[in-house]
Amino acid sequence: MVKVDRIAGPWGTRTPYGPGETWPSRVDSYLADGLTEEDIDRWVQSATILHSNGDALDIAVKDERIVGVRGREVDRVNHGRLGPKDLFGWQANNSPDRLTKPLIRRNGKLVETDWDTAMNAVVGRAKDLLEEQGPSAISFYTTGQLFLEEYYTLGLIAHGGIGTSHVDGNTRLCTATAAAALKETFACDGQPGSYTDIDHADVIALYGHNMAETQTVLWTRVLDRLAGPNPPKVICVDPRETPVARAATVHLAPRPGTNVMLMNALIHEIIANGWIDRHYIEAHTVGFAELEKQMKGYTPEVAAEVCDVPAEQIREAARIIGTAERLLSTVLQGFYQAHQASAAAVSVNNINVIRGMLGKPGCGILQMNGQPTAENTREAGADGDLPAFRNWSNDEHVKDLARVWNIDPMQIPHYSPPTHIMQQLRYIEEGSIRFMYVTATNPAVSLPELRRIRELLAQERLFLVVQDIFLTETAQLADVVLPAATWGEKTGTFTNVDRTVHLSEKAVEPPGEARSDLDILIDFAQRMGLEDKDGQPLVKWTDPEGAFEGWKECSRGRPCDYSGMSYDKLRGGSGIQWPCNEEHPDGTERIYVDGKFWAQPDYCESYGRDMITGAPVEKTEYKALNPTGKAVLKAAEYIGPHELPSQDYPFQLMTGRTLYHFHTRTKTGRAPQLNAAAPEVWVEMSASDASDRGFAEGDLLEVSTPRGRVRARLRISGIRPGAIFLPFHYGYWDAEDGSQPKKKHDGRAANELTLTDWDPVSKQPIFKTAAAAVQRISKAEGQVSAAPTTTASAPVSGADVPATTGGDAAQSEELIITGGRP
Amino acid sequence: MKLDLAIEELHRSENHLVTVLTSMSDKHKSDHEVFYVCRDMAKWSRQHVAELARVGRDFGLRLESEASGEPAVLETMKQRASELTGRRSVPGLLLLADLRHLYREAAGTSVDWELLAQGAQGAKEQELLDVAERCHPETLRIARWANSHLKVTSPQVLAS
Repeated sequence: MVKVDRIAGPWGTRTPYGPGETWPSRVDSYLADGLTEEDIDRWVQSATILHSNGDALDIAVKDERIVGVRGREVDRVNHGRLGPKDLFGWQANNSPDRLTKPLIRRNGKLVETDWDTAMNAVVGRAKDLLEEQGPSAISFYTTGQLFLEEYYTLGLIAHGGIGTSHVDGNTRLCTATAAAALKETFACDGQPGSYTDIDHADVIALYGHNMAETQTVLWTRVLDRLAGPNPPKVICVDPRETPVARAATVHLAPRPGTNVMLMNALIHEIIANGWIDRHYIEAHTVGFAELEKQMKGYTPEVAAEVCDVPAEQIREAARIIGTAERLLSTVLQGFYQAHQASAAAVSVNNINVIRGMLGKPGCGILQMNGQPTAENTREAGADGDLPAFRNWSNDEHVKDLARVWNIDPMQIPHYSPPTHIMQQLRYIEEGSIRFMYVTATNPAVSLPELRRIRELLAQERLFLVVQDIFLTETAQLADVVLPAATWGEKTGTFTNVDRTVHLSEKAVEPPGEARSDLDILIDFAQRMGLEDKDGQPLVKWTDPEGAFEGWKECSRGRPCDYSGMSYDKLRGGSGIQWPCNEEHPDGTERIYVDGKFWAQPDYCESYGRDMITGAPVEKTEYKALNPTGKAVLKAAEYIGPHELPSQDYPFQLMTGRTLYHFHTRTKTGRAPQLNAAAPEVWVEMSASDASDRGFAEGDLLEVSTPRGRVRARLRISGIRPGAIFLPFHYGYWDAEDGSQPKKKHDGRAANELTLTDWDPVSKQPIFKTAAAAVQRISKAEGQVSAAPTTTASAPVSGADVPATTGGDAAQSEELIITGGRP
Repeated sequence: MKLDLAIEELHRSENHLVTVLTSMSDKHKSDHEVFYVCRDMAKWSRQHVAELARVGRDFGLRLESEASGEPAVLETMKQRASELTGRRSVPGLLLLADLRHLYREAAGTSVDWELLAQGAQGAKEQELLDVAERCHPETLRIARWANSHLKVTSPQVLAS
C-alpha cells in the first residue's frame, strides 16, 4: 500500500499491460481524518457520481456519517481505481449548508416551511394550470445525476400522468448528441462499444474528447496500455493541447466550428485509399453510394484551408485510422457542444461502420456521456423520449407503453417530438409554459446566455420548483425549493457509458428533513391524484426496488432490456451490462455483433432526422430506405459556424470543464482538495495571441461578447491561436453576489458570454463557437492564474507557475494487486 | 423548346424562396432555431439561383446569379421587432402562418424542379438534369422542414 497525492497525479501509478491482457487491478481509497480501514463501521456498495465512467466503489461509514471511499476491485469498469473527484467529492454530502427544510417564497423572500405547505403549493399551482390551460403549461427539467428509478417515475408522471411533452434533462447539454448520433446511424440509442475495447485496440481515436479530464479512470486504462508492450496509437482531435493531445501519435487541432469539414476529409481519404470493408458495407449498411459521392469534394487540401490543419497531418491521421486492425473511436463535447454536432458525431460512426469495426474486441464506438446517470435519463425517458427506446412516431410503440402503464394511448403525448430545454425556455419566454419543475440541475449557471436565462426564470408568471441539495443559483430564483437526498443517502441503480448497470445503496440518512427524489416524486403524483385507467394510482411503487421492478417490465424485449437483472444480482459482484434477459442472464458485453442492429422499421427507436435542418424522417421514408434494419450511413455537407469572429470580436470562445470540478461546482467546490486545485475561473490563450497583445500569465482580462462580460486571469496555454477557453464551472453561489453578478463587470460564469444556438438534430446548445473580444483590465503584478498545471490548462513551457499539488490533504492510498484477476 | 421558360420560372421561384427564408429568419429572431435554420437553408436557394443563372446561359438566358436580398435596414428592423415582441404569445400564430407560407412556396418550387428535370430528360440535356438532381432534394428538404416545424410548433400555439 502506497500513499500518493492524487491532486498532483490525477491518474495515479502506472500498471502497464499489453494487448489482449487483463488490466491489472489497483485499489484506490481515501479515508478522512486519518482513519484506517479498521475504524470503519461498514462499507456500502455504490459507484461514482461525479462523471460518467461508472467506477464501482464502496462508501465507508463511521458513526452514521460518510467518511471515505474505496474502489471495488471486482468491478469490470475500474478494477479498483478511482479518480480525484471520486476520492474527495463525497465530502460535499457532509456540508453544513445542505438544504434541510423546504423553502417557499413569501413576500419576495424564500423562507423555511414544512413539507405539507410546500407540496400543497406545488400541487395547487399545477392543478390550477392544468384546469386553466392544460398540460402545455407544465414542464419538467431534470438531470443526469438522479437514479434510473427516479427518471422512470418522473417520465411516467410527466408523460403518463400530466400528459405533457415538455420533458427534458440537462443531458441536452451533455449527451443529447451521443444519443442523436446513435439514432442516426443505428436507428436506436445504445452504446456499440465496451470499455474492454481499450484492452484490445491498436488505434484509439478521440474526437473532441479530453478523456484524461472527463473520465480519469478510463484514461488511466489508456495510459496503462501506452506504458505496456505494443501500445496503441492515439489520434486526438482537439483545439487545445490536452493530456490526450500530448499522448497522441497525431494531434489535429482544427479551428472551432469546422469538425464536419475535418471528418469529411478523413472519410474522403479512407474511401479514396480503399481502407474500407466492402463486404461489410454491402451486407450490413445502406447509404454508402451517397456517402461516397458526397465526400468526393472534401480533399485534405480543402479541409486544411478551412480547418487550419496541415493536409499532411490529415492524411497521416486518416492512414492510421484507415489501416487500424482494431479501431476504437470515442467522442465527447468537443464535437457534441460544437457547430454541426450530430453530423460530426455521425461521421465518427461512419468511419467505424465502413471499416467494419464493430461488435468485435477492440472495435467499438463510445459516444460518451458526461454525467453518471445520463444513460438512464435517455433510456428511462426523462430526456423527453419514450422509455426503453420506444419510438414516439410509431403508434404501436405508444400503444405498447400505454399497456405497460395501463392508461389510454391518447394520454401519452406523441404528436410531435419532445420539447427540448431550449424550446421550453422559448415557451417560458412567450408565456405559454407557466410551471417548471427542476430536479438536480442548475440552469441559471449551465445554460447559454445567462442574462436571458435569469430573466426568464425570475418571471412572476412562471412558477418555478427546484428540487436540489444546495441553494443553487437556480434555487434562489424558485417559488418553492424542495430539499433532496443525494448519492449515499438513497438507493437506486445507474448505468454508465458502456451499458454497465451498478447498484448504489443507501449508506446514511439524509440531513434534516431532506427526502429522496423518488419519495418526493411519488408524493407529488399522489397529491396530484394521478391515476391509471382503472382508477388505481398511476405510480404503483413506493420504493426504489419497486420502481426497478416496474422498469424491468417496461424494458422487457426492448434493446435496453433489464428484465434479467435484480437488486440481488447487482449486489456483491461487478456491474452488469444490458441487455440482460433470459437469453443473456449475465448481460451482454458487445452489441451489434455480426452486423445485427436494432434498426428494423417496426422495432427501431428513431427514423432519423435531416442532418442539416433536423426535420424528422417520416416512417414511410425510413421503411423505403432501410427495410431490413441495416446501419445507416449518413453524409452531411459542411456549413460554416453561425457566429464568426469579426473585427470587434476577433476570438473564438470555447467553454469546457477541468478535471477537478463537476458542473457548477455545487459538490466539487465544497470538497477542499478539489476546490483548492482550481479555485477560480481563468481564461486560456495561445502564446502567440498573448504576445501580439503584450499579455502575460496572470494578467486580469475581461472577455466580452454581445451577451455579457467575464473577468478572469490569463493562463497562456497550448490552445490553438485564435481560440480562447473559459471553464464553465464557476457561478455565484460562493461569491458575494449570491445568484448573479451584482455589477456588469462581476461576471465569472462562462455562460454570460455564450450564444443561444443549438444543433437542429440533437438540440444540443453550442458552447464552442462564440465570437469574443478580450481586453486587459490590469497587469498580473506577481499573481498567476488559478488554472491547474496538470491538465489541458498547463502553462506553456518555461512559464514560472507553481505546480498544482494537493499536499498532505490529498494523500490517497493505492494498492496494486500483482498477478491480476483470474 | 420551352426549357428556357422553365429555367426562368424556377430562377424566379428560388429567388423568391431566398426572400421568404431570410425574411422569416429576421421576423422570428427570438425563435433561435427558426432564425438559424432558415438562414442555412437560404444558402441552398442562393446556390440554386447561381446554378440556374449559369446553366441558363446555354439556353440564351441572362439571369442574375446572385439572389436579390432585402435591404439591410429592413432586416435589422424585423429582427428588432422580433426581439421586442419576444415576450408575447402572438408571434406563435405568426410563426404558424409563416411556416405554412414557406411550406407552400417550397413545395411549389419543388414541383417546378420536377418539371425541369422531366423537360431536361425529354430534351436529353444532361447538364440541366444534373443541376436539377443536385438542387431539387434541397428544395424538398426546405418543404419538409417547414412541414415538420409546423407539427412541432402547432400543438403549443393552438392548445395554450
